[in-house]
Amino acid sequence: MIKVITGNEAAAYGALLSRPAVVCAYPITPQSRIPEQISEFHAQGLLKGKFINVESEMAALGYVTGASVGGVRVFTATSSQGLAWMHEGLHWAAGARLPIVMANVNRPFGAPWNLTCDQIDSLAQRDTGWMQFYCESNQEILDTVIQAYRIAEQVSLPAMVCLDGVYLSYLSESVDIPDQTKVDEYLPPYDPQFEITGGTWKLLDVHPPIKGGYDLFSPAGFMGDRYELHKLESRCVETAVEADKEFYELFGRSYPPVEEYKCDDADLVVVCSGSAVGTCRQVINSLRDKGWKVGLVKMKMFRPFPKELVRKALSGRKKVAVIERDLSPGQCGIFFQEIKWALNINHKFTPIYGFVSGLGGADITATLVEKAILYAMEKELPEQEVIWLGLEEKKISDDYDRNTIKIY
Amino acid sequence: MTTTEIPLRYTKEEYIQPPHGFCVGCSIPIALRWFLKVTGEKVILLMPPGCASPSVLFPKPSLIHQGKRIKMVATPFGSAAIFAGGVKSALVARGDTETQVVAWAGDGATLDIGLAAVSAAAERNEGIIYVCYDNEAYQNTGNQRSSATPWGVRTTTNPLPKPKMEYKKDIMSIIIAHRIPYAATLSTAYPDDFMRKVQNAKRSSGFRFLHILTPCVTGWQFPLELGVKISRLAVQTKVFPLFEAEGDAITITKEPKGLPVEEYIRVQGRYRHLTKEQVDMIQNEVDKRWNQLQYLVRYGSK
Repeated sequence: MIKVITGNEAAAYGALLSRPAVVCAYPITPQSRIPEQISEFHAQGLLKGKFINVESEMAALGYVTGASVGGVRVFTATSSQGLAWMHEGLHWAAGARLPIVMANVNRPFGAPWNLTCDQIDSLAQRDTGWMQFYCESNQEILDTVIQAYRIAEQVSLPAMVCLDGVYLSYLSESVDIPDQTKVDEYLPPYDPQFEITGGTWKLLDVHPPIKGGYDLFSPAGFMGDRYELHKLESRCVETAVEADKEFYELFGRSYPPVEEYKCDDADLVVVCSGSAVGTCRQVINSLRDKGWKVGLVKMKMFRPFPKELVRKALSGRKKVAVIERDLSPGQCGIFFQEIKWALNINHKFTPIYGFVSGLGGADITATLVEKAILYAMEKELPEQEVIWLGLEEKKISDDYDRNTIKIY
Repeated sequence: MTTTEIPLRYTKEEYIQPPHGFCVGCSIPIALRWFLKVTGEKVILLMPPGCASPSVLFPKPSLIHQGKRIKMVATPFGSAAIFAGGVKSALVARGDTETQVVAWAGDGATLDIGLAAVSAAAERNEGIIYVCYDNEAYQNTGNQRSSATPWGVRTTTNPLPKPKMEYKKDIMSIIIAHRIPYAATLSTAYPDDFMRKVQNAKRSSGFRFLHILTPCVTGWQFPLELGVKISRLAVQTKVFPLFEAEGDAITITKEPKGLPVEEYIRVQGRYRHLTKEQVDMIQNEVDKRWNQLQYLVRYGSK
């Protein structure tokens, strides 16, 4: 069934089709439509599970964590400040190895307050142990929520489905809402057999034991737990690739963790994530028409970092240009940092240009993407870690400002 | 049949086995022991950081019955009520309505960092038993002040000559204002009254709140063997009246003798610095609160 819906509604449909037993959420702009839509599903009797309005985001995550401990499929959604309010619980859920799925609508942190789009909120949670997937379109949001359950339950780790605030959360696109029967075929019921014994409880089937107690006097034990968590990386990526393949077979749509677009003979590859990927595709198409050897890599999966896929896609390219909607102040963009690390560790040097753009909902326009590509083509090497793309033009005020690379 | 006429049923089984990690003379294991004797092993305890959660796991797990460990989860600090609601929802979804889901939290986790969560769980009438074991400060981290610390007490963050000059937060009034099905105060000095209230909580449904005073050897500074005696003195001096709130009715379950508060105060090192005038001020405050409670008993809470 094709419906014209917003990204928020797509996330809610994804949750509905995944049949969670417990859904909790707390409203926050630009996410509020997700709990609204889910409560409508619940009121109409479409959602069979329990829907609870809780008192805070900490409670939203805590409640579904408790329910996940109890062995049922759960869903929640948040954004920005709300995600920060959940921060403690994010670590807890990942450490306990609970397959929670959460939608996060990307929005920056205040101050100053901004209600639009920026990926810093979820990127700042990169060390919590959660899987992270970034979506390009409303269709992808719906499909990714379903895929996320499949992956999370197979590897026993929570997953965050990230969608750009405003650009995806509020804008409508036509979305194919899959049949429940097909989704059920793809995503079997979640019914783990639990054995809870003081502090540690076990899923009795394929899953590893879930940790909920203390590892206070046994640092070796704690370190072992972290080792387990860390080494899941390759398994998560493999599971995500596999889950996507099977999704394609059933639904005819595919979203690989690292998508290569017109990269075959590309000398310069643009890397992007989220809603701006669509704009980048358009620019790549028009430059290809002019005969330029340019391609695009879409970073769908960010945690665990799919480093082998990134190396496969980018290693040996003449140039890589990362365009991203986030900034680690005083350092550089976060995607840039991680891709640079992945490419230049034990590998031959690849020049990487880091463009910070679209912060706080500023448009990443086709013109800006073109300018970024031109800059990377012209300069033999990047001059600085951060190249400001689309900064509002201001009078140069001091030497620092004069020496910063800006593309207006 | 009123709840007091229902025969008290509890098991001879033990659910807490030494060695446990509580201090010698601590009142919390006594409370856990009697609580579990009424609920039995069909229980999941959600324990935030505090005295209880590490102490039942170290030096080795001590909540054990016939070789099987009692289910417990060590939750984040402000989250016991939240986790408990989630666990309860999951159990209900899986068809288990029998297991009692219990948040077992200290005064800091209840009156301070977790108050929003407790209030929200009460407002939603989550089907859990919330137990607040109150040792009137952050005793696990070394006796730092909480909002449950009484007026005039010295703590490690209220060092002399500046003892705490704010009154103890009245959590029972806050809880009762939520119109929950059952709330009660419990003392480790009165086993029958204690277990009867746990039984009443177990028989009731929705959000149930039990407030237990658990005197702390190290923080309150009294001889090891006096924990139960001090609990009894707290009741008999009206410092910690024993009552229950069920529906509209508030009932005093143990009529206090009305001993002077000085008898309660003078056995505790944390009050040692108080002058006669200050003790009189505490007596006045205790009398005032007792009169307020009498008013509620007479006219109901709602």
